[in-house]
Amino acid sequence: MKPFRYERADDVSSAVTAVAEEPDAAFLAGGTNLVDLMRLEVATPEVLIDVRRLTSDRIEELPDGALRIGAAVPNSDLAADHRVRRRYPMLSQAILSGASGQLRNLATTGGNLLQRTRCAYFQNVTTPCNKRQPGSGCSALEGYQRDLAILGSSPACVATHPSDMAVALAALDAVVTVRGPGAERRIPVTELHRLPGDAPERDTVLERGELITGVELPPPPHLTASRYRKVRDRASFAFALVSVAAALDVADGTVRDVRIALGGVAHKPWRATAAETALRGAPATRESFRGAAAAELAPARPLPGNAFKVPLARNTIVSVLLELVQERR
Amino acid sequence: MSDVRARPHAIGSPLDRIDGAQKVTGTATYAFEWPVEHAVYLHPLQSTIAAGRITAVDTEAAEAEPGVLAVLTHLNAPSLTRPDDPELAVLQTDEVAWRGQFTGAVVAETLEAARAAAGLVRFAYAPREHDVVLRADRDDLQKPVHAAVFGMEAGELQDGSPADSMLGDVARALDSAQVRLDATYATPMYHNNPMEPHTAVVSWDDGALTVYCSTQGSSFSRTLIAGVLGLPPERVRVISPHVGGGFGSKVFPHSYAVLAAMAARTVRRPVKFALTRQQMFALVGYRPASIQRIRLGADGDGHLTAVSHEVAEQTAKAKGYADQVAVCTRMMYAAPNRRTTHRLAPLDIPVPTIMRAPGEGQGMFALESAMDEMALACGMDPVEFRIRNEPEVHPESGLPFSSRHLVACLREGARRAGWERRDPTPRARRDGRWLLGSGVAASTYPSPRLPGSSASIGVTPDGHHRVLIAAADLGTGAWTALTQIAADALEVPVEQVEVRIGDTALPPASVAGFSSGISSWGSAICAAAMRLREVLESDHGGTVPAQGLEVTADMPANPDEDRYAMHSFGAQFAEVRVDQDTGEVRVARLLGMFDVGRVINPKTVRSQLIGGMTQGMSMALYEHSVLDPRFGHVVNHDFAQYHIAANADVHAVEAHWVHERDPHTNAMGAKGAGEVGIVGTAAAIANAVYHATGIRVRELPITLDKLLF
Amino acid sequence: MDVEITLRVDGTEHRLIVDTRTTLLDALRERLGNTSPKKGCDHGQCGACTLLIDGRRALSCLALAVAHQGADLVTAAGLADGDGGGLHPLQRSFIAHDAFQCGYCTPGQIVSAAGMLAEAEAGWPSAVSKDPGATDVVLDDEEIAERMSGNLCRCAAYANIVPAIAEVAHR
Repeated sequence: MKPFRYERADDVSSAVTAVAEEPDAAFLAGGTNLVDLMRLEVATPEVLIDVRRLTSDRIEELPDGALRIGAAVPNSDLAADHRVRRRYPMLSQAILSGASGQLRNLATTGGNLLQRTRCAYFQNVTTPCNKRQPGSGCSALEGYQRDLAILGSSPACVATHPSDMAVALAALDAVVTVRGPGAERRIPVTELHRLPGDAPERDTVLERGELITGVELPPPPHLTASRYRKVRDRASFAFALVSVAAALDVADGTVRDVRIALGGVAHKPWRATAAETALRGAPATRESFRGAAAAELAPARPLPGNAFKVPLARNTIVSVLLELVQERR
Repeated sequence: MSDVRARPHAIGSPLDRIDGAQKVTGTATYAFEWPVEHAVYLHPLQSTIAAGRITAVDTEAAEAEPGVLAVLTHLNAPSLTRPDDPELAVLQTDEVAWRGQFTGAVVAETLEAARAAAGLVRFAYAPREHDVVLRADRDDLQKPVHAAVFGMEAGELQDGSPADSMLGDVARALDSAQVRLDATYATPMYHNNPMEPHTAVVSWDDGALTVYCSTQGSSFSRTLIAGVLGLPPERVRVISPHVGGGFGSKVFPHSYAVLAAMAARTVRRPVKFALTRQQMFALVGYRPASIQRIRLGADGDGHLTAVSHEVAEQTAKAKGYADQVAVCTRMMYAAPNRRTTHRLAPLDIPVPTIMRAPGEGQGMFALESAMDEMALACGMDPVEFRIRNEPEVHPESGLPFSSRHLVACLREGARRAGWERRDPTPRARRDGRWLLGSGVAASTYPSPRLPGSSASIGVTPDGHHRVLIAAADLGTGAWTALTQIAADALEVPVEQVEVRIGDTALPPASVAGFSSGISSWGSAICAAAMRLREVLESDHGGTVPAQGLEVTADMPANPDEDRYAMHSFGAQFAEVRVDQDTGEVRVARLLGMFDVGRVINPKTVRSQLIGGMTQGMSMALYEHSVLDPRFGHVVNHDFAQYHIAANADVHAVEAHWVHERDPHTNAMGAKGAGEVGIVGTAAAIANAVYHATGIRVRELPITLDKLLF
Repeated sequence: MDVEITLRVDGTEHRLIVDTRTTLLDALRERLGNTSPKKGCDHGQCGACTLLIDGRRALSCLALAVAHQGADLVTAAGLADGDGGGLHPLQRSFIAHDAFQCGYCTPGQIVSAAGMLAEAEAGWPSAVSKDPGATDVVLDDEEIAERMSGNLCRCAAYANIVPAIAEVAHR
């Protein structure tokens, strides 16, 4: 770990100014990913601005029924919140299927969104990686491919985003609120993370110095059944190979509304809009679920080492949707 | 052998671990935790090429960092006595033999400073083309030759066995067999990954070296360290009472301790050095990958007529290590025609080492999978098929077994597992989206004693007995079991016995490996106890003199070791659930029925067995070190990517045993229990997965992608 | 870069100067001589370093000491002498069930279990909770195993750890 200064800002705006003006400054919240990356010297900030006590650690209910989640709310508290559990059960499930109890107690809502890929080559400073060192090349593309993306990747980067929480938030149309040197902005979670393109060093659309201050969950959709299912290489404490966040509203055997987002398949939480479009108004049957999954996965460009993710994602989508249909009966 | 006189019957009672309170509070002292005054910290440097030469080193920036005391590289490192051992003789040459090999070390006042400065050292290399890929069709596979400082005894394979064996005419027998199987199985590279990293805290005092070391044998560590440093062994003291697991990786690998000793000599301060988890993947050994072809022939009654097991395994060019992968096939089943071979692919990779059931672990996955396939081909129940091929004596040496209760394990295990209700049809049972299956496999592991153990026992007039032996307890429960053995041998309650272990200031002991600990150390303790009782009677009329009395005895010879084949056995039954959509596998139940001779402490032996079985499950389903052919390193070199079983993966795990003492192995009637538990588990699970899905996975680990439709 | 902080460790206040890079784990082990929490991976991947930080279980290897100024830390050693010198019920149960072998992950397992029981008491759900909305948690074996999955045990004593915790949970 490189030496660094540690500072605690008095308020959000001074924290934002400090990071915006200092080229090698970084925000520190729970630290569960940043400290990890600093020890590996993947991250080498010269200044850490501790924002854990600056942003809200509370979950507030807004007049329209939406929930505003402070960026400093620990993952554990968010998952345990009764409003979240009752109205957005897939969010609670997603958070609880990530990491471990000890990590969820430290990790924050804002930090969870901004955690970086666990691609093995990104985390190893002795192997080339375009995300870590732009222009050095992608070691993963022809390397160990099990955890890599099948959708939206580029020749420069095939990494996946590791968050479970973000997948559920993407399905729920959540919006992050961001404070930067300029005005406050609101960014839908589905637009927060980027596809790698030719700039994989940028995980998100956030500008230098911009700080996530909170996440707003719109009033729960009129979808009574929802679920987060995570498929991984062991039963717990592992990142997703594929995960599915889905909510389904069926009336008279027909899909009235549906939300689907996928994890483990792309550089960002992947909102399955093609599948959703295919399903609205379609019969709630295995066949149409399969067709919708196939539509979503049609643009998939898997590598030999992760080609299994295509049938895995398809089967998991179908399985979760069928379970949701059964649950409603 | 004479029996331990068992009046107080400490043996057989489920005594709580004597170090339990220390371990649950975290006050048991592991190597890094010994308070050493004025200690400094070491962070190593590692090669970033897999083969070649170091051409230049730039240490200037690192040396300029505050708190840095020294930067060692091959250019300034002290010379070692045995520069011919590329694993132990660190920093003696500019040659790089694998990626991740030690190329230097930074020593600094703090952990943080040492590590940060290490990142500032630059090496330039002249790389050679490297080669790290194991394939069975390589034309350069070699017959193993004995590698010095490896193994129980000198021989082509690590256990001292010859690389090849042949009996009868396998080709002809296969030709004429009514039922034949020809299948190839593969096991990946596995890393031992004890929870406690390899650690050495070293200090020099007037030319003598003290090493607090995380080791499976302090006496053996002393031999290795003293040898490479050119010191007489009595100038080296190794202290290691508590060890945070080893699973084989803390027997031979000691380069970290040598590096720490060199650094401490250079900076003239005590040095603390613990490897990081990532470094462990390049520096402290692993179970080498294997590709195994098994051919079986049988007659119409399900009697095997031919057994052939050909093994290709990876090893390091730097130092050839050879696991005894097919040695289990030499003794498991009767067949008149038999053949086993081992060949090595020497590669530019780190040096392999023993890992819990080295050889048997891989070999019995292949053999016991093949036995399942063959039973099906013969139309027989897999339990009955094994029983039909049970040998009366060792099928190759002709020696009788000291005890062999495999059939009893199979029958009693089958009864407990509810095997008689099993429908053999694959993919015929389900519970919702889960496909259900069950499988069986046999287990075996040798039960040897290793030479080199002595024990002292002292007694004071108040009846307190102090038993001294440099044995190791890596979590095996040996400390507790030896206390029980001593109590019974001395005919006193355990409360009057204090055992001290893990220190070369004590009488020497063989390593905790090869499931030999209790047999070896227990034999020495029994001999010392017998001598103490004799001396007490003959010289002191049965009364302990006021100044106390102490005797020492070596482990006595056991002539039966040449007359009998000594092995532990077991039968394991697995019940699995496989998600029909995702291929996820859950092991709902593991049941093991074992023949491990007389059980000294049922509580700790049960932990050994279920721990081994759970590791076997981990080997079957999760673990896999991925070697990148372009760079030559293990890609998934941490606990987030190298998955070992977590708590949620484990459901019912039961271990039971036949209550049979072995009449020949040792004075206690015990056999080894440390390794047999991991042997066969992977095959039982693979066989159950086949039963659940109809898919035969012959390449470990059984990940979900292999079961997807 | 050195900073002065205070930490309360197992009930005792300590004032110390730490490098900003120093984690709580290294501060305890290398500076304060409390080696009850263990270093197994140093990356939040094994759980051996688990402490109660201000009452919640957390990983001390990822917690910078400077960011936890004034924190109240409890280790397995502190759980033991917390109420009158004896072992904590979880510690007694771990010994009785032989819920460990090498012992290196054990202090982390026990602190984690203590934190986990408090979480369950507070009604927190887990990934395997059948009804995520339920206010009462029934700690069956599956729940305990899931909630304890952040603590790896290479000796694989899991099949003893779960009943050891269950016995205390169901008291």
